[in-house]
Amino acid sequence: MRIAIMATCLGDALFPDVVRATVTLLTRLGHEVVFPAGQTCCGQMHVNTGYLKEALPVVRHHVEVFSEADYDVAVAPSGSCVGSVRHQHAMVARRAGDTALTERAVAVASRTYELSELLVDVLGVTDVGAYYPHRVTYHPTCHSLRMLRVGDKPMQLLRAVEGIDLVELPQAEQCCGFGGTFALKNADTSSAMLADKIGNVLEVRPDVCSAGDASCLMHIGGGLSRLGSGVHTVHLAQILAATREQPVGAA
Amino acid sequence: MTTFLGVPLRRHAHAPESPLRGTESFPQAARRELANPQLRANLAHATATIRAKRAAVVGELADWEALRDSGSAIKADVMARLPELLEQFEAAFTARGGTVHWAADADEANRIVTELVRATGADEVIKIKSMATQEIGLNEYLEEQGIAAVETDLAELIVQLGHDKPSHILVPAIHRNRTEIRDIFVSEMTGVVEGLTDDPRELAMAARTHLRRKFLSARVAVSGANFGIADTGTLCVVESEGNGRMCLTLPDTLITVMGIEKLLPTFADLEVFLQLLPRSSTGERMNPYTSLWSGVTPGDGPQDLHVVLLDNGRTNALADEVGRAALHCIRCSACLNVCPVYERTGGHAYGSVYPGPIGAVLTPQLTGMQGHDDPNASLPYASSLCGACYDACPVKINIPELLVELRARSVDDERGGMPGGWDAAMKAASWVMSDPKRFAAAEKGLQLGRIVAGRDRKISTLPPPLSGWTQSRDLPAPPAQTFRAWWRETHPEEQA
Amino acid sequence: MTGSREAVLGRIRAALATAGPVAAQPVPREYDRRGALAPGSPEAIELLVDRLIDYRAEVQVVAPAEVTAAVARALGDAASVVVPRGLPDDVLAACEQDGRQVVGDLSEIPLTAAQLDGIDAVVTGARVAIALSGTIVLDGGPDQGRRAITLVPDLHVIVLRADQVVQTVPEAIALLDPTAPLTMISGPSATSDIELQRVEGVHGPRTLRVVIVG
Repeated sequence: MRIAIMATCLGDALFPDVVRATVTLLTRLGHEVVFPAGQTCCGQMHVNTGYLKEALPVVRHHVEVFSEADYDVAVAPSGSCVGSVRHQHAMVARRAGDTALTERAVAVASRTYELSELLVDVLGVTDVGAYYPHRVTYHPTCHSLRMLRVGDKPMQLLRAVEGIDLVELPQAEQCCGFGGTFALKNADTSSAMLADKIGNVLEVRPDVCSAGDASCLMHIGGGLSRLGSGVHTVHLAQILAATREQPVGAA
Repeated sequence: MTTFLGVPLRRHAHAPESPLRGTESFPQAARRELANPQLRANLAHATATIRAKRAAVVGELADWEALRDSGSAIKADVMARLPELLEQFEAAFTARGGTVHWAADADEANRIVTELVRATGADEVIKIKSMATQEIGLNEYLEEQGIAAVETDLAELIVQLGHDKPSHILVPAIHRNRTEIRDIFVSEMTGVVEGLTDDPRELAMAARTHLRRKFLSARVAVSGANFGIADTGTLCVVESEGNGRMCLTLPDTLITVMGIEKLLPTFADLEVFLQLLPRSSTGERMNPYTSLWSGVTPGDGPQDLHVVLLDNGRTNALADEVGRAALHCIRCSACLNVCPVYERTGGHAYGSVYPGPIGAVLTPQLTGMQGHDDPNASLPYASSLCGACYDACPVKINIPELLVELRARSVDDERGGMPGGWDAAMKAASWVMSDPKRFAAAEKGLQLGRIVAGRDRKISTLPPPLSGWTQSRDLPAPPAQTFRAWWRETHPEEQA
Repeated sequence: MTGSREAVLGRIRAALATAGPVAAQPVPREYDRRGALAPGSPEAIELLVDRLIDYRAEVQVVAPAEVTAAVARALGDAASVVVPRGLPDDVLAACEQDGRQVVGDLSEIPLTAAQLDGIDAVVTGARVAIALSGTIVLDGGPDQGRRAITLVPDLHVIVLRADQVVQTVPEAIALLDPTAPLTMISGPSATSDIELQRVEGVHGPRTLRVVIVG
């Protein structure tokens, strides 16, 4: 299958390892990965902060890039960015009264998938041949759970990883407190939510806390780093990309 | 970064005691509440308890989602046909001996209730917990007019005796634990038994003794209503303690204050809502007592019945196609109990009698947002948009979507004036992110972050407003190479 | 009628007009309108008993011949009992046992709230019971009386016929007369206002005993 990678702005700029791991994984599974070069950002931050007018050109740009590129399906290693594509882009276009853009946005959204959705639902694979001999706990992230309804797909994928010691995260479904600009506008509340999330992570003594969203991981990882906890954050894509030959460390 | 600095925050003078508006923004109020570890512990315990109960009883019903779909559609139908349904309700209630009053705002509702109480000659009323009467500040108004209002719900009693404010729609004293409640009873309640412990049963019995005489002698009661049935003129109150039945049954006069959005078209619609409400609110299969009355029954209960239909800003919300959905709310408070923000800040931080996710939507719609220094303009941002509220809502109000819509409205109303440089930052980000060349150029700027990060490859202090991030989190150093640059390097054949 | 009737209705109409016409959507009703259990069936009774006990109500399921003894047991050591005028003879007989004072609440000379407060117990029938939620509905019928008598005394004994037990809420709602004053009772009065911990018995009857006659 010809799969277009949606790097996301955060993945591109701050967490390229996550996007590279996604490419590595899909290539190993025998697929052709393409990178629509003009892509930038999904515009979620603008939408969620109320700047819908400013979101419009960003959304328009994304829709144009992913309409014109040649691929079968698109994938992003991010539940919230795919959530934005699927649940916000058409809304932004509709609100601006742009019918043509609305239709194109719906079409792009219909073939854009979050990583675990792509693997389990589209490619029909749960054992991706990964090897990851570390103790891992998984934070399911709000937008994967409640916007995309990915359910236990990430856990199905992780359970099939050889050597993994997967431990359940207490109160896993609670928000980590990131919420984009929420972390800045309501920094105290966000920090309080993060403190509880980190408490739950540390309770199960993992080597690694994983998630399907680099943004939530940046938040959780930032807190774990500040505490000097020794627990690291690793994206789901990186665990699934890891093999005996090409390991991804817990650090 | 200079665009973020130096924008002064204007202060806004609002009436300090408005039931729908606090005196400080949500982040300011939240900061204060978060600093109270006892509050944090009480809320964590209480919300976790009720979340588990709700999940268990909702899980028992295989047709739960079908009930939610029906509940949502019934409320949408009510909003679309509101004038005719209100007139139908009025005709039915009046035909059976009741009197219907219409109040455009809080002041008018308070005056109507006061006149009705005065007409009976009573100087005291007993009250069932009611959000509508809290919203209009009825108790305070009655006190000013020389009429004592006695709250009879245990939690409301705790709040009233503690000279406190309610912090939850259903459990107004959720922020108090048993020891605090015992202390309030001992210091404020007359005739408390010696050696009252903090056992919840003992505390409930103390409340029973305290209120018994009031119930048996009261002549006037004031209630809210959970539902009003248009086709039969029926009013419905769901409750647990029996204080509601006391108020609805024993006095001669009963005055019910009900928001105009509380209607259901037909009596049969109760078959949906009497399943949705108790399971969502207290996490019970059914609340202990539900009372329904349709006008006067000779020889049984109050013979002088009134209902005050309250607008008080509801028509503002109704005028907006998106905002209208907030009026579907049945005040179950399921969204509060699952909200990670509410769980940490409690209800007082919202400054309104309607706290939590639904309060963050409903309050600014009822009052309007009067500029970005209006405390209520900060409420739509009091959410991480995690979506737990939408999942829990028995009438499927898409609260995250409504919050985003209100944020957009607040931004659009205030363009050029949002504090903290948000306008400039968002405009700049939009300009950068809608063009790949500009985006790539901005990414190069990130390399500056590598220098800031230094040798441990993390950033621990940032200037405002990003300082909010680094107060509790490090930021990783930007990588040496973006994904885009790596791709270009590894796929030279794609370069045009 | 007082107040701003025309003003409020006018504002609502204007608001609806601003938002544009809303096409009437049919209300989906895919939820269970009836349960799988037949009214009065042993399975329905079993479910009701389970739910009532869960609420800390006390339940006896008895044959018709045992009603008098069961109600007498339910009344326990209550020294006085108030009864509505339409109780069946076998139930009334139980009230009169053990030298108990039986007080009839007559519409001509209703008891005052203070008088009711001096009476230990009340015995009534019911209109219908909902097994799934453990709810018993009173509608003020002759065997139930006015609402005050089932509210003030501290012990409420309800005698329910098996054929009055339905499984679901919709089945019960369909049987009710909306013009009657209705009281739905699910266990004794209770509060969860202190740390969300349920405590049975606050202002309403602190003890609820149900006799189901099957």
